[in-house]
Amino acid sequence: MNQMNPDGYTTADGRKIGPVLMEMKNITLRFGGVKAITDISFDIREGEIRAIIGPNGAGKSSMLNVISGFYVPQEGEVWFKGHRRGPMRPYQVARLGIARTFQNIALFDGMSVLDNIMTGRLTLMKSGLFSQAMWWGRAEREETGHREKVEKIIDFLEIQSIRKTPVGRLPYGLKKRVELARALAAEPRLLLLDEPMAGMNVEEKEDMCRFILDVNDEFGTTIALIEHDMGVVMDLSDRVVVMDYGKKIGDGTPEEVRNNPDVINAYLGVSHD
Amino acid sequence: MFYREAGDFKTSYADDSQTFPIRFDRLRYYAVIAVAFGVIPFFINDYWANAVFVPFLIYAIAALGLNILTGYCGQVSLGTGGFMAVGAYAVYKLMTAFPEVSILIHVLLAGGITAVVGVLFGLPSLRIKGFYLAVATLAAQFFLVWLFNKVPWFYNYSASGQISAPERTVLGHAVTGASTTAPAKYLFCLIILFALAWLARNLTRGTVGRKWMAIRDMDIAAEIIGVNPLTTKLSAFAISSFYIGVAGALFFSVYLGAVEVGEAFGIQKSFLILFMIIIGGLGSIFGSFAGAAFLVLLPVLLKNILVGHLGWATDLAAHVELMIVGALIVIFLIAEPHGMAQLWRLAKEKLRLWPFPH
Ligand SMILES: Nc1ncnc2c1ncn2[C@@H]1O[C@H](COP(=O)(O)OP(=O)(O)O)[C@@H](O)[C@H]1O
Ligand SMILES: [Mg+2]
Repeated sequence: MNQMNPDGYTTADGRKIGPVLMEMKNITLRFGGVKAITDISFDIREGEIRAIIGPNGAGKSSMLNVISGFYVPQEGEVWFKGHRRGPMRPYQVARLGIARTFQNIALFDGMSVLDNIMTGRLTLMKSGLFSQAMWWGRAEREETGHREKVEKIIDFLEIQSIRKTPVGRLPYGLKKRVELARALAAEPRLLLLDEPMAGMNVEEKEDMCRFILDVNDEFGTTIALIEHDMGVVMDLSDRVVVMDYGKKIGDGTPEEVRNNPDVINAYLGVSHD
Repeated sequence: MFYREAGDFKTSYADDSQTFPIRFDRLRYYAVIAVAFGVIPFFINDYWANAVFVPFLIYAIAALGLNILTGYCGQVSLGTGGFMAVGAYAVYKLMTAFPEVSILIHVLLAGGITAVVGVLFGLPSLRIKGFYLAVATLAAQFFLVWLFNKVPWFYNYSASGQISAPERTVLGHAVTGASTTAPAKYLFCLIILFALAWLARNLTRGTVGRKWMAIRDMDIAAEIIGVNPLTTKLSAFAISSFYIGVAGALFFSVYLGAVEVGEAFGIQKSFLILFMIIIGGLGSIFGSFAGAAFLVLLPVLLKNILVGHLGWATDLAAHVELMIVGALIVIFLIAEPHGMAQLWRLAKEKLRLWPFPH
């Protein structure tokens, strides 16, 4: 099957999927006595949209937190771009080119939409403290250059009209969009989205779906996303990991997963909620 | 003259991110600068300098400093008085050890020394937050005052335990010592404040400022976008302490001339400056000015009215002043936590839409 080709393949809709970008090997994560993740391995390929699904409490968010450095797993290895990654702080992970959004929105409420998105580019800003204090030369040029990039993202996500609005005043759906914008502003290699559509109405969900597909398509960004809505997952993703009670019970294309009896039992058939 | 942004289109992002995007604000800013530099120095006398202008300028520097740490970076500090004392004793030691070096350089060096001390006392902020950090900085406050009282080297073994500033000049004009004139004091402090306010504005509108605010608003999200909490918090402590150290140096050398540490830089100072930024507006440069002006002017005004016009006793007036300040802080904390700066912003928003508010 073409998906087994280590160098990559082309999807049915013509997108290029490359070699493995990130690989999780035998990850086990415990909180005291509670095992949130038990011996899970999976990989994420360059350019693909990879979904992680599973009932509440399955350990999906914990898995993203392992990737982004919030949790250090007791066992297992994390490989990124062909190198094994040692234990890292989240800000170091960010500097590798991994950006994310949170299940519960984590924006900076005291800042405007524009400033929030500008913070997404902090890892790309190079001017020193002194130059910034003077606001001469490099700092000012840099600010303008980054502003142009940010404006492109603002256009892309259709949030021009709320540019200067304090984030605290926005409705939920728009906040989620601003959080996506901030993550995109970092121009990440890998984008992690934790339930990007949770709590949205149908229209907002459709918009968000479209944005995720466009991001992947236009910028070639690799995306790993957690989602509850099975229909959405089937539409969006190239491959799906299914988790239940901290274990991996399925991994493959949406069709494969849909027809996997364990998955039907655990997730589609009976709800834990 | 209309207060409008319509018709005032921005054609570049640099224009859009300037300090005063609205033309009217810009003009008013230039007018204030012109009066501060071109008019007041010619009319200022000793009373106005000592009662209003010099303390205002110096407190504004301290308030800017604390606002960087608390208002922008979200780290509460009750050590402001102690850090001002570091600036004061540093400038005293430098002035007496190197009399030939310019006082301006000494003041800046005193700021630098305070920055180092600030970073040391800022280290706990990496582990503790909020209330616990406030207590840790309170410990710094008491420790520093105790230290300057206890170790005679700091006050050059003077019999009184006080430090007093020898005369130093800038361009031939005395700015410290007994023979300093009102305009010299005023201009010296004004120039330093102006430069520091301009630097603070630049720092807070760019990358560093966004890092500080990110840590303030949500430190977990800040880390996820690549902000190193350690360097970011410590940079806020360093820069904030620099400002507070400069303020302490000026407070001692230019304003008071002679200082007993517990009296001049005690815990009341820490609270006074904290109140300034709360009343003025946390996370606002303008708020630092407004808060400093308010808390410098209020006692003067009340004293003039209560003692001067109504003939109250001085101590009674002082108590009433305390009550008024206390009540105001409670009111601001409840009704307008963003302080006078926010009231000002709201007034401008209304004015922008006037006379058609819908
Ligand atoms: N910080 C934590 N401390 C203790 N237990 C945690 C922590 N984070 C997650 N867990 C536990 O790990 C399990 C998986 O949680 P989570 O990853 O949030 O699931 P999901 O995102 O799939 O709903 C849950 O049982 C949860 O209670
Ligand atoms: Mg979750």
